[in-house]
Amino acid sequence: MAERSFAKEVEHLRLGDGDVFKGEAILAITKGLLQAGVSYVGGYQGSPISHLMDVLSDAQDILGELGVNFQSSANESTAAAMLSASVMYPLRGAVAWKSTVGTNVASDALANLASGGVTGGTLVIIGEDYGEGSSIMQERTHAFAMKSQIWLVDPRPDHGQIVDLIEKSFELSEASNTPVMLEVRVRTCHMHGSFIAKDNVKPPFSIDDALNNPKRDLGRIVLPPAAYEHEQEKIHHRLPAAIDFIRSNRLNEFFGPETGKVGIMLQGGMYNNVIRALQYLGLSDAYGNTQIPLYVMNVTYPVIDSEMEEFAKGKDAILMVEEGQPEYLEQALNTVLRRSGASATIYGKNVLPMGGDYSVEAIMHGLEAFLEETDPHIMGNRPPRPDATPVLAQPAVKKLKSVVPARPPGLCTGCPERPIFAAMKMIDQELGEHHVSADIGCHLFSILPPFNIGNTTMGFGLGGASASAFSRSTGKRSIAVMGDGGFWHNGLTSGIGNAVYNKHDGVFLIVDNFYSSATGGQDILSSRAHNKSRKTNNPIEKAVRGVGATWVREVDRTYDVGKMKRVLHEALTTKAEGPKIIIASSECMLNKQRRVRPIEAQAVKAGKRVVKQRFGVDEDVCTGDHACIRLSGCPSLSVKQLDDPLRDDPVAAIDNSCVGCGNCGEVSEAAVLCPSFYRADIINNPTWWDRFKAKAAMGLICSLQNRRQRRRIVVEAA
Amino acid sequence: MRDETVKLRLASAGDATERPISIAVVAMGGQGGGVLTGWIVTLAENAGWVAQSTSVPGVAQRTGATIYYVEIMRPQDGKKPVLAQMPTPSDVDVVIASEFIEAGRSILRGIVTPERTTLIASSHRSFAIGEKSAPGEGIADSGAVTEAVGVTALNSIIFDMNALAAANGSVISSAMFGALAASGVLPFAVADYHAVIEGNGKGVAASIKTFDAAFEQARGSGEATPPQKAAPTTQIAPAAKRRVSPRAEALVARTETGFPPQVATIARVGLAKVIDFQDLAYGAEYLDQLEAVHQLDISLGGAEQDYALSVNAAKYIANAMAYDDVVRVADLKTRASRHSRIGEEIGIRPDQLFETTEYMHPRLEEVIGLAPIWFGRWLQNRPGLYGWLDRRISKGRRVRTYSPGWFLMLYLVAGMRSWRRASLRHREETAHRDAWLTLASELACSNYALGVEVLQCQRLIKGYSDTHARGISKFAKVTEEIKSIAHRDDAAEWARRLRETAVREAEGDELDGLIQTIRSFA
Repeated sequence: MAERSFAKEVEHLRLGDGDVFKGEAILAITKGLLQAGVSYVGGYQGSPISHLMDVLSDAQDILGELGVNFQSSANESTAAAMLSASVMYPLRGAVAWKSTVGTNVASDALANLASGGVTGGTLVIIGEDYGEGSSIMQERTHAFAMKSQIWLVDPRPDHGQIVDLIEKSFELSEASNTPVMLEVRVRTCHMHGSFIAKDNVKPPFSIDDALNNPKRDLGRIVLPPAAYEHEQEKIHHRLPAAIDFIRSNRLNEFFGPETGKVGIMLQGGMYNNVIRALQYLGLSDAYGNTQIPLYVMNVTYPVIDSEMEEFAKGKDAILMVEEGQPEYLEQALNTVLRRSGASATIYGKNVLPMGGDYSVEAIMHGLEAFLEETDPHIMGNRPPRPDATPVLAQPAVKKLKSVVPARPPGLCTGCPERPIFAAMKMIDQELGEHHVSADIGCHLFSILPPFNIGNTTMGFGLGGASASAFSRSTGKRSIAVMGDGGFWHNGLTSGIGNAVYNKHDGVFLIVDNFYSSATGGQDILSSRAHNKSRKTNNPIEKAVRGVGATWVREVDRTYDVGKMKRVLHEALTTKAEGPKIIIASSECMLNKQRRVRPIEAQAVKAGKRVVKQRFGVDEDVCTGDHACIRLSGCPSLSVKQLDDPLRDDPVAAIDNSCVGCGNCGEVSEAAVLCPSFYRADIINNPTWWDRFKAKAAMGLICSLQNRRQRRRIVVEAA
Repeated sequence: MRDETVKLRLASAGDATERPISIAVVAMGGQGGGVLTGWIVTLAENAGWVAQSTSVPGVAQRTGATIYYVEIMRPQDGKKPVLAQMPTPSDVDVVIASEFIEAGRSILRGIVTPERTTLIASSHRSFAIGEKSAPGEGIADSGAVTEAVGVTALNSIIFDMNALAAANGSVISSAMFGALAASGVLPFAVADYHAVIEGNGKGVAASIKTFDAAFEQARGSGEATPPQKAAPTTQIAPAAKRRVSPRAEALVARTETGFPPQVATIARVGLAKVIDFQDLAYGAEYLDQLEAVHQLDISLGGAEQDYALSVNAAKYIANAMAYDDVVRVADLKTRASRHSRIGEEIGIRPDQLFETTEYMHPRLEEVIGLAPIWFGRWLQNRPGLYGWLDRRISKGRRVRTYSPGWFLMLYLVAGMRSWRRASLRHREETAHRDAWLTLASELACSNYALGVEVLQCQRLIKGYSDTHARGISKFAKVTEEIKSIAHRDDAAEWARRLRETAVREAEGDELDGLIQTIRSFA
């Protein structure tokens, strides 16, 4: 069960010929796959392609009708290996993941796939997580495409264009026996737009057809001598075939006048922003009627030499608009034009930024510099361009820089991982700081305020592995953190198995929140949810014992900060040999709330007795030290200014987004902070016994209170 | 190059002005920005416009700052416009901020500019972790944002959309949508906006109600006044209106007659606090000490200093006397007003009941703090026994406040205020207070400002158990250092820096660093 329901989106997948699809591009892509008659789909969730996985896993019945086999793969490597189904059989298959991280994981399988080549069309949907809002290292997938000779499609950001290119990519793949990557950037994936749908296509050749008539061909297997032949095939057959297909099907587009003094070549993905930049310079209208010839490369690998030469013919200069580095396309263009002896000067990274988002602003400045040098007249007497520098130079705005605080991402309200890190911080205060190798997932927020825990992170599921150099400890032990997502992705073998085998004397903390939460709450092997299309409820504890771990402790309620502390303390101090493995389990609160809220609401409506909890702060007991916040960072735990002339500092306050997870109380108890917190148990539909008890108790209490109140000397301050 | 081109007599090469309407929604992850964006898209599409929205949620969807961007434009004889995927500085028509500091962030992005931008922002604050976790006062100055809005936005609609939404039983997105409609930047009728919300299915009635309320407020207020940082006001209602027990009237009179107004107002509040903490006699003690300081103040010509010494004494002596001990906590937790106050805080309905649980962790230290001095001392001199007892006592206790047993226990502890003055803790607090006041008075004689600074050092002492201990040691460090630099004529300045550093410091050694610096040139 994912973080949100995709029931509505699933209906979009049923749209037929002529219907208008409206929605996110990543969902348009999903629909495009079904229209292209795909037989099987796999992948691993992660921004920006999670929604593709989510909507497909909610669409089991549609997939069933079409005979499509959809798998939530164990990791990207699994997904890539899945494509081997298309090596011998005319099956169209697609997989998707976040890149470059996912491509890194998948590259072994991809290289083998690309070497042997494919019969059925194989497509890898690449969610290029580059630029603003990215959560990973800034690299290009382009390099992988080139090194393994996988064609790279980079569609112009338009739903119709993208969906059309999916179908074309499959054909290209089949025509050239080569896998194809379809690269979509973050903003494009989350872009709302529309296109005219077609009917879904049931694959003519089914998976059963393949299973029942297996085929083999030693020539397709990567072993000498075939491996050498593969390379020759790539050069002499597959590449030319691809070039022919791309040319004859006009996958790359030309816009604007036939001829011109200068021209612009660009990755398809850059098109919208280039048009806007041209518009700012007065060289295009809002509908894309440009006055400068454009060569839009919807396929960025392979480059089509002949198209480049034709485009450059008769032009003084060419600008290559290519996001990211190194500038592979600019280099390719250089080679092509020098070989052909064309005279056009080549501009690119010399006027455009080497790295980072190619925002409209960045492109506009690059274009202006390019045209200044090559064709200044075309810009006429330069209409005013948008420019914020005077505004940003205002003193009032300058001052703002020092005022606006950073707002880093953090753990959600009531997150079960918060008490774990609070406990770790307390342990640090007792035993001193430890080397903590972090992992990828929500728990990585521990590296940010207020916890500031974690020294390195080396990739998904590699928290354990990245501590392996510290396997012999004489004094302090290393702590490796790993999420359940990373654990099943590869951590069980790369982290735990490795640690057991190498007798790693360190602590391995596995954070089990019942889902792959950071990517949207997808189910995984150890999920507690009952999932009718997958086998869940496979305990992590069994798995680690299975690979030989002996010192294993489970904390089945992470909010028990005291227990969490004790277990950590034991793990860091015990004489026991080998890895000390702690499995800390509590359900992701975001998903829990989504699951439980409606049920509770139902029960309350039905008049059942339901107890809900939330926390509060007695403001006159709180002294405004905020030590509690430094051990929490919960969005619902904030501060407020009191209207009391004797108070200097704001006091802690809890807003009504509190879900009563218990962290505040447990922490202030375990850290011996202060008695300001109270937990309120709100009883809906109380029974007569509840009412009687309350009445009796409050009767006594009120009489006591009145007795004291009568004696109290009152001086009203305000 | 440029010169030549400038001389050219050419019309601008093309129409660069005809651009889509661009809208940026700046928000915190998971707080309605996505919903609002979806509504705006539907609004435009229903009118036959082409709408494109983009966003970069990524990890920001976990409470981080993020931005959604929408462009809308009419198709031209069937031809779709090409829409950009990210806002361009100084080319955005509407910026909608779901939180006030986020409005500030959008200004820093350069997307709020005087030529074209209408800024719609909710004036409420959702504090960033840095603001919350600062040991003292760390809240950003909203005033700076207000200033910046003044010089950057073409128009602005600013009011607390969060509160308005809550009041109407909906969420902020409905309120922001209403404000957008009221801004009139988009060429759509209110009915069209309603249609979008109605098409949405869930919670329609509440959303419409919120939308309309926001629409009205935006139309009415136009530029509503955004919040200044809530500064604690010292404005107090005229004495007559305030209830005073007959037995306390004499003391209250002393505050009114004995001090100049600026001191009297604080003295009154201080008196109220100490009497509430202990009793009338304690109140008298407070006034005696305050009067002593005030006499000194007068003799030092405090009138020119606006009686800073007396004002700070009035404030910090009260805080020092009303220290945080078990008795006070028990008293506050058992008051009649508390049960109803919590009821309001958690929005309890008549058909609901509630109980509360307190998370307490008393240590032997707190317990013997209550004990008679001789016994406390005796026990402190027996570490073995002390430790043994502490292990028995010091553990987390979940106190069910409104169950008869626990309540009675708390009630009895609260009743121990009569022993309080004979207790070890009281002896320690009094000793601390006297030393502190003496030091302040001494230093004030030679350096008035320095005396004031020393009084303000009381601010360092707050919290319970470890936090309290840390406060005491910070106080000791700072005052020791102040003594050693008292002779310098810039001593007050350094004292202020010492204190402020100490307040800011949670973990780490910022304070020690500063002390080293001071010693290096002292």
